[in-house]
Amino acid sequence: MSKLIKPTPTLTRRTLLGTAAAAAATPLLGRYAQAQSSEPIRIGFQVHRTGIGASYGRWYDRTTTAAVKRINDMGGINGRPVEIVAEDDGTDPKRGAEVVEKFATQHNCDIGFGTLFSHVVYGSAPRAGELKLPYFVVSEGHHVASGALNRWTMQPGITDVKSQVQAMAPFVADNLGKKVTMIYPDFAFGHDHRDYFSEAIEKQGGEVVAKIAIPPSETSFTKYFPKIPRDTEVIYHVMIGPAVLTFVKEMGEFFGPSKPEIFGFLDSLEAVDINSPGLEFLEGTYFWEGNPRHAQADQSSHDKMYREAVGVDENGASVSDAKDVSTYSHMFGCWETLNIVKRGMEAADYKGIADRSKLIEAIEEMSDMPLSDDHPQGAKRFNGKTHQTFGHQYISKVDSGKLVLAHTSSIEDTLYEDEVDYTAQSF
Amino acid sequence: MSDTHKSHGLHFGLIGLLALAYFVLPAYHSGNLASVMVIAIYAMGYNLLFGYTGLLSLGHALFFSAGLYGLGLMMHLADWTPLPAFAAGLIAALVVSAVIGFLILRTTGVAFMIVTLMFAQAGYLTILYFGKYTRGDEGFALQQASRQIAGYDLSDPGVRYLCALVLFSVTLLGLAYIIRAPFGRTLVAIRENEERARMLGYNVTAIKLKAVILSGVVSGASGATYALLFGYAGATFATVQYSIFPLLWVLVGGAGTTVGPFVGALFMFYLIDYASGKTEAYLLVVGVTLVLVTLFLPHGIAGTIRTRFLRWLP
Repeated sequence: MSKLIKPTPTLTRRTLLGTAAAAAATPLLGRYAQAQSSEPIRIGFQVHRTGIGASYGRWYDRTTTAAVKRINDMGGINGRPVEIVAEDDGTDPKRGAEVVEKFATQHNCDIGFGTLFSHVVYGSAPRAGELKLPYFVVSEGHHVASGALNRWTMQPGITDVKSQVQAMAPFVADNLGKKVTMIYPDFAFGHDHRDYFSEAIEKQGGEVVAKIAIPPSETSFTKYFPKIPRDTEVIYHVMIGPAVLTFVKEMGEFFGPSKPEIFGFLDSLEAVDINSPGLEFLEGTYFWEGNPRHAQADQSSHDKMYREAVGVDENGASVSDAKDVSTYSHMFGCWETLNIVKRGMEAADYKGIADRSKLIEAIEEMSDMPLSDDHPQGAKRFNGKTHQTFGHQYISKVDSGKLVLAHTSSIEDTLYEDEVDYTAQSF
Repeated sequence: MSDTHKSHGLHFGLIGLLALAYFVLPAYHSGNLASVMVIAIYAMGYNLLFGYTGLLSLGHALFFSAGLYGLGLMMHLADWTPLPAFAAGLIAALVVSAVIGFLILRTTGVAFMIVTLMFAQAGYLTILYFGKYTRGDEGFALQQASRQIAGYDLSDPGVRYLCALVLFSVTLLGLAYIIRAPFGRTLVAIRENEERARMLGYNVTAIKLKAVILSGVVSGASGATYALLFGYAGATFATVQYSIFPLLWVLVGGAGTTVGPFVGALFMFYLIDYASGKTEAYLLVVGVTLVLVTLFLPHGIAGTIRTRFLRWLP
């Protein structure tokens, strides 16, 4: 402050105006009083700007920018402004590790943050651990909670695929049917769905009557539909990638009007307009959503605030371009993760990179997080031992081209036994 | 000074320069150099087949991945220590390249390119198919605690750099020796005129098979080293893009030169790293640069230096 408001030796018109201006600006300057003598908190944002994750990366970028703006508008973290240092990882695990190295050794970032695709997380997390860089992923993979990574890697802002999938089973068994045919891509993401859902539906008294794995290079799906058993009551699909439109169209042509109940994961259609030509067949079907894309009738004030801050309209598209559909089921994770980092740094009285381990310990101490502007997707329960958060999951029905919320799972539905205790690992 | 002495001077000078670089460069750049040296081993393996033998493969990611998974799976599933696991990586690459080499050498020209591409794609899909063990596209991390040799932590920047430098040096000097040896001369003879080499009495197919195997093992060594030093194995490294990369590095650096693969890998790394820090449209910058390099340096960087200035450049 003394650096900003200097004593005036003579009282001229100019100095008087200057003093008045300085006084008017005092509240603003006060926010960053500390910052005048200290560096900003630098957050290395590992963003998928190119490669297969680019459509997600675009919205992760916007959400991160909005979250940081809000944090800075509220005074930053520990009186210091937050600065985002973004680097494109090309959705590639090798480049991901290099970007993490760049954050730690060139940009002197306090933390790394924002990775979505699991293979990039796997490729990057070892380097983050070796460099002792707190690494906050927003991936929904089960990698963190499975114990495959390290104490420096956390996923506090988004739930993982295992908890999401198992929370769907009660609704599917009670409302749609107990005999399920699963159609999934034949790689790790699809295998996770296959394994976790098969186990979960059996606990609900149901069964998976067929598991149809689609090779990742497939472009036409007609030959797979005859493999669906006749007694199937529910089709569970989780196809992703550009072929999803063809998949839905061909499924519609196969079944015609007499289709079984259909349940899918919206991962298939993130950044895709649900009213795109060829998707008419999805009318009346159900989807998991991480966060309801369409503003619901009972929309919370927190979702309203978050939606406006990020620039998403009531249909889940950009306010500036109705065709630019968001990745609403995932991107909230960036918003919530940054708010958790803020609280963690405040709790740890974080001053610099020497306090990185204190930040990890402070977040490991966290548990329940209520629905709020910091957590607009819903309440969370963070497990400090497994470094994984748990939260509500949403099931929506496609009704007149809109995703209408039909069910909200409890947090308890998403819990499972701990598979690791990272707090037992040394730093 | 004879050309041989000049070559030795160049190779040992490069190795000395790289050793010195660790003490001079900031941590970020020495870390990058370690990564580039590992990748340059892959490029050198590719260069043996493409630059010296004249066989353009579009499937070398298969050999790189064989080494990567040969080591990775043994450490991840069987808890092998790094050195035996590294040997497993080399053996995996040897077996894969011998079998694939035996089959692909029945083709030539464009067919050779297509068949290598198809085998690599089959390898990629095999990794996905055995997802229970390989974790498919996600891959798996090798824990820091398991990546130690004689108490030395391979994730430590100094140890990692030293390991990368030693393996890079052994590969560079070994291939430089082989290329000057009768076997290497024969490879060049095959590249220049395969029919003439055959008429001179060489068993061209057998020699080319040896070249495929040697190239595959060197590429596999690079894959195993990457997994060991950077702690990750995943199917991304088996995709077609990782078959194109070594072609790109060798073309940019200079096909048929010993230092070209390193120069190309280094150039490409820093081109992407620098351009991505300046603009979000960095891929455009990279693309335009590559077009310019191709137009004005048709023999690559080291190749052009040899053509125009240093005729002795190996």
